[in-house]
Amino acid sequence: MSSPSSWIRNLTPITESLLAGVVGLVIGAFIMLAFGYNPLAAYRSLFVGSVGSVYSWAELFANATPLILTALTFAIAMRGGLFNIGAEGQLYMGALAAVSVSLLHLPAPFNWIVAILAAMVAGMIWSLPVALLKLGRGVHEVISTIMFNWIAHFFAFYLIANVLTDPQRGERTIAVSESARLTRVFPDATLSSGLFISLVTVGVIFFLLWRTSTGFEIRSVGYNPHASHYAGISIRKQVLRVFLIGGAIAGLAGAIVVMGRPPYYAVLSGLPQLVNLGFDGIGVAMIGRNHPIGIVFAAIFFGGLMTGGRIMQFDPGVPFELVRVIQGVIILALAIPELRRLFFLARERLAGRK
Amino acid sequence: MELTHLWGILFISLHAMVPITLAAIGETIEESAGLFNIGLEGILLFGALAGALGAQASGSALVGLLTGMGVGALIGLVFGTISTSLRGSQLISGVGINLLALGFVALMLSVMGAPGFHSVAREVQVPLIPLGVGNLSPLVPITVAVAIGVWWLLRRTQLGIWIRAVGENPAAADVAGIRVNRVRLGAAVAAGVLAGLAGAYLSIDWFGAVTKEITAGRGFIALAIVVFSGLNPLLALLGGFIFGFFDGLATWVATYPGIKDIIPWQFVAMMPYVVTLAVVAGMIGRVRFPSALGVPYLRE
Repeated sequence: MSSPSSWIRNLTPITESLLAGVVGLVIGAFIMLAFGYNPLAAYRSLFVGSVGSVYSWAELFANATPLILTALTFAIAMRGGLFNIGAEGQLYMGALAAVSVSLLHLPAPFNWIVAILAAMVAGMIWSLPVALLKLGRGVHEVISTIMFNWIAHFFAFYLIANVLTDPQRGERTIAVSESARLTRVFPDATLSSGLFISLVTVGVIFFLLWRTSTGFEIRSVGYNPHASHYAGISIRKQVLRVFLIGGAIAGLAGAIVVMGRPPYYAVLSGLPQLVNLGFDGIGVAMIGRNHPIGIVFAAIFFGGLMTGGRIMQFDPGVPFELVRVIQGVIILALAIPELRRLFFLARERLAGRK
Repeated sequence: MELTHLWGILFISLHAMVPITLAAIGETIEESAGLFNIGLEGILLFGALAGALGAQASGSALVGLLTGMGVGALIGLVFGTISTSLRGSQLISGVGINLLALGFVALMLSVMGAPGFHSVAREVQVPLIPLGVGNLSPLVPITVAVAIGVWWLLRRTQLGIWIRAVGENPAAADVAGIRVNRVRLGAAVAAGVLAGLAGAYLSIDWFGAVTKEITAGRGFIALAIVVFSGLNPLLALLGGFIFGFFDGLATWVATYPGIKDIIPWQFVAMMPYVVTLAVVAGMIGRVRFPSALGVPYLRE
């Protein structure tokens, strides 16, 4: 068996993610060719559109902000050995909780803090039954989180249409009060101070996982539940912790989107600004190898694809959905641990043929 | 309530039963062999698109169903290859299939014109069987037949023993001369065929259109039904009917004057998902799954 040199082996997770990214972009190019688009023009537009100016960088970070958080929700569960795909629903609940706080008309310094706390609590409330069903009835979290995502979807529709409706505009909720909105970093870009909240959360989760006994217990259960059990670590407690922390972070993501994204600062009917942020977070976490720092870079990559994808849609007119195809291929490629070996094997074969 | 309403609910339930049950039976074969595929939702979506395109290109609903099955088989092959000889993660590749399906189907829908929606002409939809009290899709009896057939296959044939052996104890099966990865790959393809058929049924039979949201979590409900059934295709049929009933009831209530004014439609639409949770929560404990489920087999 051919073996790549040792320095590459030390960089395994990073090379695997980079390789998967390359595979995604190459297959994306072939799909564009098949549909009659020019992949070079499309990728140039995507690249320039995402990192070509200060404005595009700001948009990129604005898109990356909620993805960092929903990816953390997935990653902390994976570290604890659980497959939590419920960030999507928890995010809706967080966004609606943040909006509903503006009904209270609180004074300025408390307003945004209460809104963020309410969103985190809402995310936790939506996550709690998943943990309880798992602990009490042994229901697998893949099934329960997806069911709760759909229940959240319709519950959000109900709240938008009947409870939190803007009296003037029926197709959206009331707006977040002005004093609770997150500061915009640039006057014309959508980037808000929510980015800093996301990055602080990254730091907190990093510290929690690798510098506290709680984090040690979570990782230990994820690594070997049997050994952890015999070492006296309560597995049930970790399940509860992981889902509650994850729910709070996903709720926070929802709050940041609705409190930080101009122009409406409201949840629109059909949830266009929220849909898929939870699922995209799963991809971000996988590419970031469930590591908080890796997640930041993966979220920047996904944020770039989303920002550049919109530009690519205008010129040269490649549909935005191609970005999602590329993301899917990247995840499929990531699922194959042998990919790196196959890659080096193929390279050697090619070199041998010359 | 008039009798016609009862017939209406029964027919909607039977029609709603079909895609969930077919996908669940496919997953039953796959899980019996030790593979856990959460990409069912994506295969349904691919099958829906492929079915519509196949039916329109050929002018025949049958070709549409076969196209859906073929594309499903292809995705099953990709999943099966990653999960067997490439030793990949089944959960991650399942997520990848779901993402890829969402992206690819949305891409095709936007390339084909009206973004997000593509209707299928009535002439190429699956013709319904007129029964006097209502029209029934031929896929309903086919689904019942598939459930019985797969039950027989898994419980009464040599192939069924092989499938269950590679799921239960792949190392022992290997020693006994069963090609573990080949049986698993075959099971993954069979599951893809059934999920692809279920997807094609959605687009060229039940709904008569393709949308990005056409699957609406049915792939995951099918996963829940597999849990409910304890890998018994006949119980999967029963589970499919129960969920189909609530799905059908939701559709019926949402349009029935009088009720829709009392209960908001959003709460009615939640029903199938709430019932899924309740039933799965009530069923766990008495179900046992293959020991090697989700674990790639590596020969020592």
